[in-house]
Amino acid sequence: MSGETKAKLILQDGSEYIGTSFGYQESISGEMVFNTAMTGYPESLTDPSYRGQILVSTFPLIGNYGVPGTLQEDDLFRFYESEKIQVSAFIVSDYTEEFSHWNASLSLGDWMKQHKIPGIYGVDTRALTKKLREQGSMLAKIVFEGKEPEWKDPNLENLVAQVSTPEKIVYGNGKHKVVLLDCGVKNNIIRCLLKRDTTVIRVPHDYDFTKEEYDGLFISNGPGDPKQNTKAIANLKTVFGQDTPIMGICLGTQLMALAAGADTYKLKYGHRSHNQPVVLKGSKRCFITSQNHGYAINMDTLPKEWEPLFVNANDGTCEGLKHTSKPFFASQFHPEASSGPTDTEFLFDDFIKMMEDHKVKR
Amino acid sequence: MRFSFLGEMSGEQRRVFLKKNNYQLTAKSDKLMALSLRKMIKDNIKKVLVLGSGALKIGEAGEFDYSGSQALKAMKEEGIYTVLINPNIATVQTSKGIADQIYFLPVTPYFVEQVILKEKPDGILLAFGGQTALNCGIQLFNAGLLKKYNLQVLGTPIETIIKTEDREIFANELRGIDVKTPQSFAVESIPEALKAAEKLGFPIIVRAAFTLGGQGSGFCSNMAELEKLAENALSYSSQILVEESLKGWKEVEYEVVRDAYDNCITVCNMENFDPLGIHTGESIVIAPSQTLTNSEYHKLRSLAIKIIRHFGVVGECNVQYALDPNSEDYRVIEVNARLSRSSALASKATGYPLAFVAAKLGLGYALHELKNAVTKTTTACFEPALDYVVCKIPRWDLNKFEGVTKEIGSSMKSVGEVMAVGRNFEEAVQKGLRMIGQGMHGFVGNVHSKFDDVDRELTHPTDMRIFSIAQAFEKGYSIDKIHDLTKIDKWFLSKLEHITKLKWDLQKYNNLQELPDTLLKAAKVYGFSDFQLARFVLKPERTDMESELLEVRKHRKAKGIVPVVKQIDTLAAEYPAQTNYVYLTYSGDENDITYADDNQSVIVLGSGAYRIGSSVEFDWCSVNALNAVNKEGLRSVMINYNPETVSTDYDVCDRLYFDELSFERVLDIIDLESPRGVIVSVGGQIPQNLSMRLHKADVKVLGTSPESIDRAENRQTFSAMLDELKIDQPRWNELTSKEAINDFIDEVGFPVLIRPSYVLSGAAMNVVSNKDELGHFLDLAAQVSKQYPVVVSEFIQEAKEIEFDGVAKNGDIIIDAISEHVEFAGVHSGDATLVFPPQKLYFETIRRIRKIAAKIAKSLNITGPFNMQLLAKDNDIKVIECNLRASRSFPFVSKVMDFNFIETATQAMLDVPIPNNLPSMFELEHIGIKASQFSFSRLSKADPVLGVDMSSTGEVGCIGADYYDAILKAMLSVGYRIPKSAILISSGPIRSKVELLKSAKMLEEKGHKLYGTRGTAKFLEENGVTIESVGWPDEDVEVTAHNLIKERKVDLVINIPKNLSKSELNNDYLIRRTAIDLNIPLITNARLASAFIYSFCKKSIEDLGIDSFSDYVDKKQDW
Repeated sequence: MSGETKAKLILQDGSEYIGTSFGYQESISGEMVFNTAMTGYPESLTDPSYRGQILVSTFPLIGNYGVPGTLQEDDLFRFYESEKIQVSAFIVSDYTEEFSHWNASLSLGDWMKQHKIPGIYGVDTRALTKKLREQGSMLAKIVFEGKEPEWKDPNLENLVAQVSTPEKIVYGNGKHKVVLLDCGVKNNIIRCLLKRDTTVIRVPHDYDFTKEEYDGLFISNGPGDPKQNTKAIANLKTVFGQDTPIMGICLGTQLMALAAGADTYKLKYGHRSHNQPVVLKGSKRCFITSQNHGYAINMDTLPKEWEPLFVNANDGTCEGLKHTSKPFFASQFHPEASSGPTDTEFLFDDFIKMMEDHKVKR
Repeated sequence: MRFSFLGEMSGEQRRVFLKKNNYQLTAKSDKLMALSLRKMIKDNIKKVLVLGSGALKIGEAGEFDYSGSQALKAMKEEGIYTVLINPNIATVQTSKGIADQIYFLPVTPYFVEQVILKEKPDGILLAFGGQTALNCGIQLFNAGLLKKYNLQVLGTPIETIIKTEDREIFANELRGIDVKTPQSFAVESIPEALKAAEKLGFPIIVRAAFTLGGQGSGFCSNMAELEKLAENALSYSSQILVEESLKGWKEVEYEVVRDAYDNCITVCNMENFDPLGIHTGESIVIAPSQTLTNSEYHKLRSLAIKIIRHFGVVGECNVQYALDPNSEDYRVIEVNARLSRSSALASKATGYPLAFVAAKLGLGYALHELKNAVTKTTTACFEPALDYVVCKIPRWDLNKFEGVTKEIGSSMKSVGEVMAVGRNFEEAVQKGLRMIGQGMHGFVGNVHSKFDDVDRELTHPTDMRIFSIAQAFEKGYSIDKIHDLTKIDKWFLSKLEHITKLKWDLQKYNNLQELPDTLLKAAKVYGFSDFQLARFVLKPERTDMESELLEVRKHRKAKGIVPVVKQIDTLAAEYPAQTNYVYLTYSGDENDITYADDNQSVIVLGSGAYRIGSSVEFDWCSVNALNAVNKEGLRSVMINYNPETVSTDYDVCDRLYFDELSFERVLDIIDLESPRGVIVSVGGQIPQNLSMRLHKADVKVLGTSPESIDRAENRQTFSAMLDELKIDQPRWNELTSKEAINDFIDEVGFPVLIRPSYVLSGAAMNVVSNKDELGHFLDLAAQVSKQYPVVVSEFIQEAKEIEFDGVAKNGDIIIDAISEHVEFAGVHSGDATLVFPPQKLYFETIRRIRKIAAKIAKSLNITGPFNMQLLAKDNDIKVIECNLRASRSFPFVSKVMDFNFIETATQAMLDVPIPNNLPSMFELEHIGIKASQFSFSRLSKADPVLGVDMSSTGEVGCIGADYYDAILKAMLSVGYRIPKSAILISSGPIRSKVELLKSAKMLEEKGHKLYGTRGTAKFLEENGVTIESVGWPDEDVEVTAHNLIKERKVDLVINIPKNLSKSELNNDYLIRRTAIDLNIPLITNARLASAFIYSFCKKSIEDLGIDSFSDYVDKKQDW
């Protein structure tokens, strides 16, 4: 019992919870969101879409299999989704320091200390989740003795700029040349493209790709309010006039919608889980998807040359878009998974096929 | 018209479709699917046949009552007429109102065909009745009967089932889609098996194909072991598999669902605590998996989906893997294309009703067209997100069997299981270990679990394995050392070590005032009970710690340390859920439930884990009590923790607490619910044992007063009451020395029934017939002292045993049912064959029994159900037991009479009006027979003989127009077969020789060849029966009884033990055990043997009436 450091979790609505620290001891503030996934904390914590957020895990037992090492493959960390932990803090119910796994190299707590990210356990995470569900995502802060930080709303910041690559990077040497607009891309998107015989040219979020030569354009996931990405939206408007295939994921989907003239809005508490069902419009097919988004596309505002490709089977929200005549499509969910189910990875195959068809036509 | 799920596709298109594993958006393959599939089924399927699983046996327990009930509910919702075949009369699914027609008949091709001819169904469901239904379905298909009667198999196609059941085809199919299976060879003889082993190298595992629960399976490390095991396995199945051993790998299971449109989900995965090598039915299991990374979890998940798509399963399927603990290498161990024990567990673990959904998918629905049963707003096409863990722990009853090995391994021996819910592993496992109900208080604090050789216990796991880990930690073993000995993942071990360390912390304090609140709270968070806290902190010397644990309770309540209620909602609180499915935990600050506090709820205490002596019948009673509470407009609240039941289906009550039935937890729930009262009399002995404690804690116990319950349970007070009422009972005495025992026996004479209060080994109860046996039993099996007295009772031979089941209100009997045993007294009532209404009792006997019952009911002022066991000999009636609760036979008599005893009992307990015009058993025009199912074949080396202690695992109840009709149906239902050729008889003592004489004559007349052991052959020959004499197993002669069985020259063995005591390994044992091991029907009771032989000699199978439950009970009385 001794040697434990307690920390206070304070929510915007004034409620307070006491937890025990297992990460770095520093007071922070951010937007609190919850994720209902039961596996994949190393992947989630390094997902750039969580930038600025305090993540609550609804699954209570965290840290069990430790954290894998920093093995690199194709210039990317093999086991992480970016080069560092992206969340502002991690809140769990029951934490395991004595991890057990052949592939682990350190404990979750030690890893978070390395990355200077606080974590607390021993909190009623179900109660927190219900509060977020009922009152919507809210700001929160973690306070270690004496130091109470100011409230900080990450959605007011340009989060994409914080997580995007500062410069152009080229990966692989495959037959299809894909420009990847990095708004905070997850490594597994790059991996999914590379294993399909592509060359991936990763460019910064505000990069003008309209003059580039490529077989396909990929708009990545990323954090925050899509409307902040004015440059990317303007550039997309330009390339919509052409016929080169475009695929988007998550934030990328919202940017494509905004560029097409549709509107986006903030969801009450978002979709962050591994079990979101999406129905392929006009079919009896329903897929289980991995999701992490706080904003959504207003389907009613879609112009007539665009149509929904997928809709959420639970709440009917837009889960994907498709151009009625051009090879442009996008998914709100994460077909690259990592973490989560890999059932929709076929979308990458469809993107490749579109590029091949386009080459034939050209 | 014949149609297929893949509808308008041609055979070639279908093949291509099934080969496709990755759906492509651009491929439009679902255009090929008949989008009108749902309509086609709707138009063509109006009546379906559902096959049940029959009696409960090891490997096939009550979980199939749950899955079958769910399937029937799904069909009913669609307006489809259902016909159920299931001889298990104690199930919920065979209750009126669930299926439209019920046949209490054996689930075998012959009877199923007869029912098909009569009912003319359009479709058949095979996946909801376990291996029994599946095997029967395959036999029907192979015999061309499904085609002949144009019967559509709904759900998974039969070809798929066959592919997954035949291990060689299965392995080839998986190889074809690049899925790894253990290297294995399918062989059909011992020489082939030895050859395969040479190629694989030892250790290897041997499995028999087409069996349930791993029957006939095992590990071998050399040729000799292999030869022995292969011979046994080949007796169960013509094909066995010799496979590479993956001992020490992790074992992980996925429950997968697929619809006809190729949509797939995995509802739950589960990880075994024990690594591969221990059957999943014998292992502690945790859900979801805890030591798998995202990459491992989803790799196995995608493989499961790939497999289910390849095979074309429609409905539910389970995939079992071995996963290398040092890499992502894996093997697929098994695929079950049906609902299973694991699927029931997964349903309860997640709240996702797998069987219900699977049944709907069989009707052509797409997954996302169905609703999530818990939220009622979101879709069923999703994968539950848990915000808790569940821990399943098996329940064994190996102590009930003589000679059985206690080591656990690759075949299943457990008879039941519990599921504990918690928000950390420590909490779940400690709860679970208490739920098992064998006197354990959690992982630590158990005084009766001490091992002389901990290392051996760790390396050779027994049913007590987890407690040996506790002792190892106490002895200072490190996690690494225990891991080396057990190969259990260190994550689990570190959690168990954590519990041990908390215990040590607690022990540093000697009173509650010193104990820091943080430590007290931590102990509760990690699953310590008040009892454990009292033991570690207050350290009382006595084992009865009622006042201490109440002191702990009071102390922590004063400190505000109380559990909170959390919902099981399938979505980890992501969406609002109106779910009534809850558990208690200390990991939380707030309740999910707002309590009405309106005095409108009634709590029904359930029956806990299935075990020998308490099984599906108490589940039926619980469910019917809940229904009756609902009918009165009150709120029904269930507490139970057995995942294999219907009572833990959240649909059957207004609120389900999936939690402990401990005094502490029941009080916690009562504190929250403030109920009108608690029903303790429908869940068997567990709730009954709580009644007085609850009463003392000022809880309102509904029905008979706990003081009366106590009076009946206590041997002394009950006996005094009988004396006072001038009701006869066998003479008995509680004795504290061997001399006193001898003196008492001199008075009453042999044989006597002996019940020690402390048992060293062997059965707790025994009948001894002479001084030698007495001395032997007392020396070997029991202690006699002041502290451990022995109860000795007069044992009346050749007495009839009679069951009385009744319901009373305020001391007046409302309704009763009297059944008689086929066997004479001496066979435990749970093992005996019951006849109802009685056929061979004197009218006078019945009249006097009713008088006795009325006196007792009055004297104890009974309100609710009660049961008595009596002996009758020459009209002398003695009471041997009285239970002021529902008994095992309540569902049986309720159904045969078509009158719900439990509903009436509940009405009595709730003090609401009870309808008039109650039926009488004398008006019945049919006869019910309840027969017992034994699972000796699962219990390697156990002596398959019946005695005063119960050993059956299940039962059936069949109805017939006459005695022989009903007996034959019942015997065939529990696995007996009518012999076609020869019969081996060794008829034991002279009394049973005489009993069997007429039967032997009948067999001879029927043209059966008879073999007899010496004495039997001599006796029968002298009495004019032609019989061939054979030697005893240990005799050096050409033909012995043992050889006959081994060479399968007989197809029925009758072996009557020479005396009433369970004896050591001897000739008789060898005959019995060999018959069981070679799956040849065995009868060990002369009265039952006669009844069976009379029946099949007087009636052939074609003479048996194919009548439904309603054919019997709704028949117009036309006299």
